[in-house]
Amino acid sequence: MPQPRVRTRAFAPIPSSESQAAPTVRLNGFTRRFGDNVVIDGLDLTIAPGEFVALLGASGSGKTTLLRTLAGLDSAGGQDVTTPDARAVVFQDARLLPWKRVWRNVALGLKGADIRAHAEAALKEVGLGHRLDAWPATLSGGEAQRTALARALVREPALLLLDEPFAALDALTRLKMHDLVLSLWREHKPAVLLVTHDVDEAVALADRVLVLEKGKIAAEERIALERPRLPDARFHAIRRRLLAHLGVDAPAPQPAPALVSFPTGEVVL
Amino acid sequence: MSLAVTPRISEALPWRWPQWSRARWLSPLVLLALWEAGSRLGVIPPRVLAAPSTVAETFWTLTVSGELPSNLAVSLARAGAALLIALAVAITLGLVAGLSRWGETLVDPLMQIKRTIPSLALTPLFIVWFGIGETPKIALIAIAATFPLYLNLFAGVRGVDVRLVEAARSFGLSGWSLVREVILPGALPSFFVGLRYALGVSVLVLVVAEQINAQAGLGYLINNARDFLRTDVIVVCLLVYALLGLGADAFVRTLERKALAWRPSLVEQ
Repeated sequence: MPQPRVRTRAFAPIPSSESQAAPTVRLNGFTRRFGDNVVIDGLDLTIAPGEFVALLGASGSGKTTLLRTLAGLDSAGGQDVTTPDARAVVFQDARLLPWKRVWRNVALGLKGADIRAHAEAALKEVGLGHRLDAWPATLSGGEAQRTALARALVREPALLLLDEPFAALDALTRLKMHDLVLSLWREHKPAVLLVTHDVDEAVALADRVLVLEKGKIAAEERIALERPRLPDARFHAIRRRLLAHLGVDAPAPQPAPALVSFPTGEVVL
Repeated sequence: MSLAVTPRISEALPWRWPQWSRARWLSPLVLLALWEAGSRLGVIPPRVLAAPSTVAETFWTLTVSGELPSNLAVSLARAGAALLIALAVAITLGLVAGLSRWGETLVDPLMQIKRTIPSLALTPLFIVWFGIGETPKIALIAIAATFPLYLNLFAGVRGVDVRLVEAARSFGLSGWSLVREVILPGALPSFFVGLRYALGVSVLVLVVAEQINAQAGLGYLINNARDFLRTDVIVVCLLVYALLGLGADAFVRTLERKALAWRPSLVEQ
């Protein structure tokens, strides 16, 4: 069997009774400044193998800078930054090469004989098996993002970096993409860092949500809710806490949603 | 709210103007008829301008005798050789200047200086340097065609979306593969604009260059005809120049349709 390419699984979980596997991502006191402007200020961060972390923050909080550093797009400048070699980014704008057909975009940079088969498998997984030979310009926004997801997945990343990948999609497509990302994450078990400013998205998807503020982690919330997560009382409690950290006063425990939660049989007046 | 009711004027009118108002072939045809009538009535003497019917006849005789095809072939060979030289020079310089700051610093000022000198003004100097053989003709056309090719390729390379370059980098492309997969295809639409200009310019310079003591070619045919007051042959050659321009444009269009099939405007729905 020809081996198409060497896949580095640098920090794959050790299949043993050890619960403490080496983390996929580790930053120690990471600082990044542009001129006098400190964008990231002494940040500590670890992401365990297979962990789904969401990074929330307002514009200018440094979350994009952090993602770019983890993606290797910006140099870490010799600081204590550990990332796996196998990592892939899904950008907010799908960034497909318009002059390459969909499957060639997915296969971009892959080497070996059967790259088309690999690309095809990845595209089928995201439900685009029928658009292999389409031009990117003919894809809808959702299809373009699914192609970008396939392009990331085909590399079997140990770390999947999602840079607000659903921000430009309509609400319905976004929900479908959430389900897709969760199922792909379960299937391939990469560590995921999702950068977003959508609190609902973060709470719906992540194991752990970090709030970044002025280059520091201002809050951290572990979410133990089972998936799929329904917007119930616990969901709303987490949501409100996170919003408070972001400086948004969410409405007090609303009686309104209770009105529609009829399965409990309670009558709320 | 009220809906405007559009009266269907077209059905009400018994006689339709629109068909005649769009007859763009009408005025050229009228001009041709006037020209022919003027010649037959002796208003336009043949030594001023030959009649269209005479021109058509001469076109036919020159084609059958092989005089026109053989001279056309000589002219095309000149333009073709010059274009190949221009392409080689422009692509090399355009890539050097487009892909590196140093290249731009070294190459671009020279090209800009060259641009300020009208290529045809170099004719006397080229005759002094290269004599009156083939060399000055090909050199003149090559020099004139180089600039639009260079300028548009340079602009195209610089205009490639940096976000696409960044994405391709994050998927492991670098060096030559980045140039081949991302930068060249991204610069291609702009390059074709340059190619179209270059073809137009090369026909233009061909006309002038062939006035330099040519022994064969369309210019030779025209000069000869001038000496014998054969206005019919001159008009035939003018027509051929026009056809060359049209043919060059159709050639680039075909190339574009093949090479830029991915562009939204050209993608078949």
